[in-house]
Amino acid sequence: MASLEASTGETFVSRLPAKARRFLRWVTTPQVVLSLFMLFLMFYMVIIPLYRMLVTTITFSENDLRYAQDAVIGQLTPFHWLRMLSSKISMIMTYEPLLHSLTISMGATLLSFTIGGAMAWMVVRTDMPGRNIINVLATVPYIMPSWTIAMAWKVLFNNGTTGGTPGILMYLTGTPPPDWISYGPLPIIISSALHYYTFFFLFVSAALMSIDSSLEEAGELAGASRARILSKITFPLVVPALMSGFIMTFSKTMGTFGGPNVLGVPVRYYTLSTMIRSNTTISAFGDAFVLAIVLILFSMTTIFINQKIVGTRKSYETIGGRGFMAQKTKLRNWKGLLTTLVIIFQVLIAVLPLILLIWSTLMLRSGDYSIGNMGLAHWIGESDVSINSGEPGVLRNPAIYKGAWNSIKLSLYTAFFTALLGVVLGYAIVKGRGTRLSKFVEQLAFIPYVIPGIAFGAVYISMFTKSVGPIPPLYGTFALLVVVSVAKHIPYSSRSGVSAMLQVGRELEEAAAVAGANAWQRFTRIIFPLTSTGFVSGFLLTFITTMRELSLIILLVTPTTAVLASMTMRYIENGNEQQANAVIIILIVLVLIGNFIISRFRGGSLKKGLGM
Amino acid sequence: MSTTITIKNLTKRFGDVAAVNNVSLTIEPGTFLTLLGPSGCGKTTLLRCIAGLEDPNEGEIYVGDKLVFSSKKGISLPAGQRDLGLVFQNYALWPHMTVYKNITFALEIQKMSKDQMDRRVKEVLAEVQMEGYADRYPREMSGGQQQRIALARMLAYRPKVFLMDEPLSNLDARLRMDMRTELKRLHHISGATTIYVTHDQVEALTMSTNIAVMKLGVIQQLDTPDKVYHFPANLFIADFIGNPKVNLLDGSVNGNGSISLGSFSVPVATYGASGEVVLAVRPEDIAVATKPMEGGVEFSAYSVLPSGADSTIVARREEMEITVKVMGISTIKMDEKIWLKFDSETLNLYDKESGNLVVSLN
Repeated sequence: MASLEASTGETFVSRLPAKARRFLRWVTTPQVVLSLFMLFLMFYMVIIPLYRMLVTTITFSENDLRYAQDAVIGQLTPFHWLRMLSSKISMIMTYEPLLHSLTISMGATLLSFTIGGAMAWMVVRTDMPGRNIINVLATVPYIMPSWTIAMAWKVLFNNGTTGGTPGILMYLTGTPPPDWISYGPLPIIISSALHYYTFFFLFVSAALMSIDSSLEEAGELAGASRARILSKITFPLVVPALMSGFIMTFSKTMGTFGGPNVLGVPVRYYTLSTMIRSNTTISAFGDAFVLAIVLILFSMTTIFINQKIVGTRKSYETIGGRGFMAQKTKLRNWKGLLTTLVIIFQVLIAVLPLILLIWSTLMLRSGDYSIGNMGLAHWIGESDVSINSGEPGVLRNPAIYKGAWNSIKLSLYTAFFTALLGVVLGYAIVKGRGTRLSKFVEQLAFIPYVIPGIAFGAVYISMFTKSVGPIPPLYGTFALLVVVSVAKHIPYSSRSGVSAMLQVGRELEEAAAVAGANAWQRFTRIIFPLTSTGFVSGFLLTFITTMRELSLIILLVTPTTAVLASMTMRYIENGNEQQANAVIIILIVLVLIGNFIISRFRGGSLKKGLGM
Repeated sequence: MSTTITIKNLTKRFGDVAAVNNVSLTIEPGTFLTLLGPSGCGKTTLLRCIAGLEDPNEGEIYVGDKLVFSSKKGISLPAGQRDLGLVFQNYALWPHMTVYKNITFALEIQKMSKDQMDRRVKEVLAEVQMEGYADRYPREMSGGQQQRIALARMLAYRPKVFLMDEPLSNLDARLRMDMRTELKRLHHISGATTIYVTHDQVEALTMSTNIAVMKLGVIQQLDTPDKVYHFPANLFIADFIGNPKVNLLDGSVNGNGSISLGSFSVPVATYGASGEVVLAVRPEDIAVATKPMEGGVEFSAYSVLPSGADSTIVARREEMEITVKVMGISTIKMDEKIWLKFDSETLNLYDKESGNLVVSLN
């Protein structure tokens, strides 16, 4: 950069017209360079894949010859759209799964709202004791993989309808539980809600805490009753927070794969996500992508509506200061009972699934849950034909170690690149504040947020099965998993990068510029050291979220690139449930270790990771 | 060591607003120039353009003979190559570095040897009377100490020009007084050309060799503090400078070389002005008596505000209100009758329409 500006001497640059030199100078300012680089990256990682996916849905492929005899490969056609949206099979292929997805999302959202909202209210606005432990316990289910509870549900309630090991309940009572308890929408909704209620709990308790209690006291002085204050003052004030929690849960559950795959697919209760998967497994990419687009459109619409509503109401958030929480609802006689119930509930959903899963992995002969039938064969046993169809214990299985290593590797790479992009994006956006380029970068970075995980994975199938320009076909490679994970994290990394960068006053960099530091020196010596806390906490949080990510990568893993999360699904699909349960326990242990490291690290918290 | 700064037709726009509007200015070596004006007048933008932190839209800037910015030639040297130092309003000390590291940052970039750096740090810390603070972190020091370190950091690499952007406005009144003394002393010793931005007229008057009063991106008057105070070029400047504020009295020119202010007239040199004018009288240029005096006009003491060294008297006569400043604690009682007399030598006359000073043609 310096060489461009040396005004003395005839150089190539000095002979250029002033306009061109001005442009050159603009283009070489650090934030413009980084912005352009990020634009290029995001076009490559998000826009082009989306475009390719769309093209695939309107093009005949080799695979379509099975259904359409007159197909000409490569020709444009409405075939996939007609087939999925208005043919004899579209009911089964599209509309039923869509309805199921909506049912599950709606049910899980409402249920987690009830649980999370009620708990947040009790913790923040009543005199309930033990709020610290409740706060900690509330985040535990969310730390674990989202399909943990679904798998534990199976251990408890499996009724043998679809084969597999009968559940504990059946072993104890001797009678199989009815199908509607064992499979389908109800258990999927419950297991998802118990995972996602953390969102509501965190959102609502943050909102409740920020309400200035004088607003409520004013209502009280005006003569309003408790109930009236709650419904007319408190509730409207937390509506924006509720909406954010609602949308986040809704769009997450719309695209979730694990639960519906464990509890829905065995009884042919398909959701959009599992239907996309089943289409990609038979290489019906055109059909799968139509479903993915439907899913994306639904997700985008809900988020758009949320932005519209919350956007106009957000002004609420600035009204309340951090007022004193003078008035707390007294629980009186209910105090002990309610506190006990809440903590028991939390411990149950945090610990019981683990106990059940471990219990099932200790069982030697399938279906016999007694103490006498326990052993470590599934963990460390050598291959024994009488147990587990001759598979060795997981800790003797090299495939598991490979999977664990892949999980760690994927999380490390993703976390590193995500945190790095966060700093770069933050710098580019904050330094360019007010320019169109900066705004464009910020908006583009938001796109992956509105695309549900499984659809985002689908997007990448179409991108990288063939080579694009100089980039080799990435399908089936480990690199692709890293690319998709990093791309999906861009919205979060840009948000945390921007907030980290905003805390570094621009004078600090300007002072370095005046002192003679070039862009690289300013970045490495001033900007980066001052944002490193953000970098490290971003790194750690991405590390654990990537570790338990399933929906995003399930369509992209191959046996050699399998990670622990995808292996649990593979084992379940092959009927090796106990193996699957052992694998998810290993995964949980890894996640918990990661989480322990985070909690040791100052400044990192689950809340921050959610971008709140 | 000392350097001229030349600015030619400089314009900086933000959107449609010209924060700096076609400013031309030559700053002679060794000048302490203060850019003075209310917030939004463009003084900070002008400073940042000189520093190289903003790219102006038009114009040229020279530091000495070196062309550091030219829109026509497409030249804009990065801030670090302009041989100038900048002290920020909020100090902008790097919080992750010790005082030593803060000071040696620029020296390291210049690849100075360790011995030399040690010596330089000692030197500049002594200059700002902060010996022994080399190992502190910024947050371990008070605001005033941080400001001194910020100054030391600038001094360390011996820039040819000192730029200061409201460096004292984050300090409390007492510290500000101390720092004014130190800064003026520093300029006196170093003789470095200094450009100082402030909205505080007292700061401007006490420290500068020259003041440029700015409004809406344009320099209204560039003069010595004495001239700016006693001969403000227009009503805006007259009103902006001075505490208590100047008395601005509407009047009209009589044929006989006096100004009629309604119920009484004041003799004054009118320099050929005619019609509606505004008379500006500094509060301290008015004589007060509790008995009728020659040429005095009767007023009533509306409010008397003693403040130790001096007292402010707000006097009224019908619609007219005049502020008077007298030395010491005034014994005048409220609502007492008083007689005021203007010193015709110190009066300034402004054209009512243009707001410009009516000046002698010779």
